[in-house]
Amino acid sequence: MTTLSAPAGTRRRRTKASGGAAGIWAATPFTKIVLAITIVISAFPLYWMIIIASRSNREATDIPPPFLPGGNLGENIQRVLSNPDAHYLTGLTNSLIIAVTVTASVVMISTFAGFAFARLRFKGGKILLLLVLVTMMVPLQQMGIVPLYRVMVSLEWVGTIKAVIMPYLLNGFGVFLMTQYTDQAVPNELVEAARVDGASTMRIWWNVILPAVRPGMAVLGINTFMLTWNDFMWPLLVLTPDNPTVQVAINSLNAKYGTDYVLIFSGTLMSIIPLIVVFIAFGRQIIGGLMEGAVKA
Amino acid sequence: MSLHVDAGQPTRAPVPPGRRHVRRNSPRSFRTWLDLKAAPYLLVSPYYLLFLLFGLFPLGFTLYYSFYKYDLTGTVEWTGLGNYTAMLADSAFWKAVVNTLGMFVIATVPQMLLALLLANALNKRFRGQLLVRMGVLLPLVTSVVAVAVVFTQLYGRDWGVINWILSWFGVDPIDWKAQRIPSWLAIATMVDWRWTGYNAIIFLAGMQTIPKDLYEAASIDGASRRRQFWQITVPMLRPTMIFVVLNSTIGGLTLFAEPTTFYNGNVHGGTDSQFQTVSMFIFEEGFREFDYGYASAAAWLLFLLILIGSLINFLLIRRIGGNK
Repeated sequence: MTTLSAPAGTRRRRTKASGGAAGIWAATPFTKIVLAITIVISAFPLYWMIIIASRSNREATDIPPPFLPGGNLGENIQRVLSNPDAHYLTGLTNSLIIAVTVTASVVMISTFAGFAFARLRFKGGKILLLLVLVTMMVPLQQMGIVPLYRVMVSLEWVGTIKAVIMPYLLNGFGVFLMTQYTDQAVPNELVEAARVDGASTMRIWWNVILPAVRPGMAVLGINTFMLTWNDFMWPLLVLTPDNPTVQVAINSLNAKYGTDYVLIFSGTLMSIIPLIVVFIAFGRQIIGGLMEGAVKA
Repeated sequence: MSLHVDAGQPTRAPVPPGRRHVRRNSPRSFRTWLDLKAAPYLLVSPYYLLFLLFGLFPLGFTLYYSFYKYDLTGTVEWTGLGNYTAMLADSAFWKAVVNTLGMFVIATVPQMLLALLLANALNKRFRGQLLVRMGVLLPLVTSVVAVAVVFTQLYGRDWGVINWILSWFGVDPIDWKAQRIPSWLAIATMVDWRWTGYNAIIFLAGMQTIPKDLYEAASIDGASRRRQFWQITVPMLRPTMIFVVLNSTIGGLTLFAEPTTFYNGNVHGGTDSQFQTVSMFIFEEGFREFDYGYASAAAWLLFLLILIGSLINFLLIRRIGGNK
């Protein structure tokens, strides 16, 4: 993780060069104000979600609006869970199953392909990799929506989570990321040495590649989990309101109870908790992965 | 990378004793062939299998459908370019195009400037760097639907916080959903709230690859911070900017969840479609009107729009600091 170690290196350099020019890197009051405002703006809608979700509908429409959380959160969550139109718990379970399945599969598929592209020589490899890059630019979700839907209808998968999972398994970004990562994390000599010692390709994958690319797999996994959890358009189309994902469940609440803000906000709040947990647990890796990916691309 | 220590393991992987005595000719060479020649293809095959099924096949069929009149009744009838010519004359389609482009511009231009400013601030030295970066990225973690739900309420006509704040300045309550430009503004802020921090982090990554000596030399020469920003940071950031702008172009032109949630989950995009995007138009034509052929043609026109948009933005960014 080169980017993660970079700040340490620059810090050392700064102290050494602490003469005239080093001062340009110190945060000015203006910088601090910009950052503080940004954090407030970033956090406010989430805080607002908590306020409304813990109030009553009468308070939620007060002018001036309430700026502190109230005490109705438990009751409101109860209302969401027992709401007959939302099927909220089903949605939560479905989202979890879909996100975990898709994440595990995408990480495996991408690690395989990344190994082949980065460390094995084979005819057509370059062209196949280029194809991945080109298709990353195509918004497949919008472009293929009609035929994909027709396929799901003829397979009789509409209304089942299979219909959501299958198209998500195609993830060009994953292949790209793992190719880059393998290329950087596994020295060619290591693979060749293993080869000389008689290890088969699969054995090399298991014993050499897999341990080295684990951090890359984590980044891809977190990324895939978040995208899958958040996606809306495709599940909205292929699922029915009685077997939704959590986003579709919120949409049902939103469509049916448009002004019952307390209800909708409680559902929304619960839907982002898994992501916030993942984010707090892996924040460092997520940011490191993002920044590393950006410089490579 | 301490992990490399374990990575040494296979070197001591013993060759199974039986294997040495395996006959030298055909089975052995088949195994070698499988291991050396076929393995790479096997490894990449899951991806390409999925690509064929869920990538190429739908794309091809979208093209095929777009030349047919094809609807729920099952009639499939060749119309050639009929769907396309009809669409180019369809004011609803053009309205969706204008809406999409309008929201894209309103959202993206300030977003890029803010992200640059923010990245520049993040690139300075201060305490609690990781926490600040996480704070900046927090909106990205929030699901699109959640963002849209919260902002829709904040932009409420009667009890929304935004109208309440505007009332301090004597502004009459704005009906954000009802009018075209206000609805675009509301949706653009949702997009910007979610993506500015992400883009700033990407810009920051780009900024950290710029050699520090450049700045040190410039400040010794007496160049102001602002001048350094425009003359060093921005031009050196061009590759990152291309990445960010192309990403935003694809995301912005395929906008769906925010405007849909803004109208309580309805893809019509307001009473008069004043904020219906092309993605919503495709969805509505395909799955509310069940006109599959027409929706498919719209999907290809959307793709064309993205290509043109990406190209224009690519050329624009290439010009930035091109005088370097």
